[in-house]
Amino acid sequence: MLRLVLVTWWLQLKIRSRSAFDGLLGLLWPLFFATTVFLMYRASGAEGSALLSAAVGASVMGIWSATSTTASFTLQQERRQGTLELLVAAPTPFPLLIFPVTLSMATVGAYSMVATLLWGRFVFGIEIAVANPVAFVLSTLVTVVGIGMLGFLLAISTVRYRSAWAIGAALEIPVWLICGFLIPLDLLPAWVRPIAWLLAPTWGMSAIRDAAEGRGVLVDLLACLALAIAYGLLGMLVSRYMLNSARRRATLALS
Amino acid sequence: MPRMIAAADERVGGTRVAVIEVKDLTRTFRSSKGLFRRKAREVEAVRGIDFSVERGELFGLLGPNGAGKTTTIKMLITLLLPTTGRASVLGYDVVAQPREVRRRVGYVFGGDRGLYDRLSGLDNLRYFAELYAVPPREQRTRIHELLELVGLTGREKERVEGYSRGMRQRLHIARGLLHRPEVLFLDEPSIGIDPVGARELRATVKALVEHGTTVLLTTHYMFEADELCDRIAVIAGGEIVSSGTPDDLKQRVSSGPVVEVEVYGVLGGVVDRVQALVGVRSVVVEERGQAQVLLVHVEPGAEVTQSVMSCLEDARVGRVVTREPTLEDAYIELVGTP
Repeated sequence: MLRLVLVTWWLQLKIRSRSAFDGLLGLLWPLFFATTVFLMYRASGAEGSALLSAAVGASVMGIWSATSTTASFTLQQERRQGTLELLVAAPTPFPLLIFPVTLSMATVGAYSMVATLLWGRFVFGIEIAVANPVAFVLSTLVTVVGIGMLGFLLAISTVRYRSAWAIGAALEIPVWLICGFLIPLDLLPAWVRPIAWLLAPTWGMSAIRDAAEGRGVLVDLLACLALAIAYGLLGMLVSRYMLNSARRRATLALS
Repeated sequence: MPRMIAAADERVGGTRVAVIEVKDLTRTFRSSKGLFRRKAREVEAVRGIDFSVERGELFGLLGPNGAGKTTTIKMLITLLLPTTGRASVLGYDVVAQPREVRRRVGYVFGGDRGLYDRLSGLDNLRYFAELYAVPPREQRTRIHELLELVGLTGREKERVEGYSRGMRQRLHIARGLLHRPEVLFLDEPSIGIDPVGARELRATVKALVEHGTTVLLTTHYMFEADELCDRIAVIAGGEIVSSGTPDDLKQRVSSGPVVEVEVYGVLGGVVDRVQALVGVRSVVVEERGQAQVLLVHVEPGAEVTQSVMSCLEDARVGRVVTREPTLEDAYIELVGTP
């Protein structure tokens, strides 16, 4: 099983790395996010830890965007190139094939973390002083897994819909807001907070910020991991229903 | 351990048990249109078909576009759920035991799709070998064997996006055979392949059957079906209109000869007049370049050539040939359109 996950993850990275257009977009996209956020914060007079927090938030935005928009779009691409049917027709459980696909997207997104921080340091002169580097790296890895698993649940839940790509695109910006990537959760209406607590990126984001500023990260990391596991289990359960529905409605192929 | 419907590879009570068994299978597609007043539409793609395929047999499904061939195959390989009826492959029910079926069958379809274009042929095969649980130790040997079989050795490290259609098709076949399936479904595998490639493909399929693989093949090419298939079912409008060996079908449908008349500009009413002649069973018109060819299927012993010529009046007539019926004649007559 581990071999299957690793091979699929590696081949998906290979697929993504071989398009010059995708590659260029992937390189530039996080820098646009970062630039917008840094300019907004600078215009509002932010400095010091507030700017570092903005840099970290912008970097996680990139990870989420890479995963959410491409998770459901990738299924559409598989459908268009006729490989979705082959994945479903294989004896390997479908969730095991989708998990490494979304994980590879989150990995590509992790690049945005590095790019954003370097962009902030060298273009905007933000001092990147990470108080606890080990916890910072660990939090980033767990956040990548959490976001990958949320993308997995999203992809599995939409596999029967031919226009699933639109759902991923529609969720991109609300998650930026709800998970506190740019603004503190305390500023959001009270009814939004329970939704935020159910989203792994909220806890991952909090862990990365806490690690950068030298606070404890254990609770946030455990919450992020627990939610990632819950998404995985839920995805396994949902996949059976969704695949049967797709087989009934004949939506695995475009025609 | 799921219960098998029957031991598919054994004789039961002296009767051979089918490897593929289809009973009263139907499939209806439902779709709806419109934003507010949604209109539902139903298309009956497969309407209560029955057939069975024995172990080691090469069974052909022939039919025009939209006849229900691909829908039938997709139900058998568990990609579509039947609306009603029942089907089993190697004794496993395609609805209740999909994973058991998937482990044991291979699926190859024609055309450009179904491959990862940005990966090399080798990476495509590596990936599908993982998906089909080919043991890691065997993967390298198996992949090289298959590359050799389909003639892609030396090209396997090139990206698939640079492959010709024939190379893609051969890669499809290698992919479908990775896990040594007991039953192979070939859905129009020779579509778009050049004649040499198609001949090689037919040789490969023959070799697979000789080694015991059961094959269900759909094709538009009559000579392919005639050359390869042990038995054929002709499907039209979602129903099986006839089945048997290629020779049976030729005998059953057109027991008389066929008169082919090349005409430049068939006038209105000619077909009806020829059809009305005594001794004529059916008439179809085929377009061949500038000319049309009247294919007149004749009752055994009847002589109609002179009468047909007189029906053509002032039309310019080319070659006139009388020949024995082919599988294509049988097919055209069964399906009803040229």
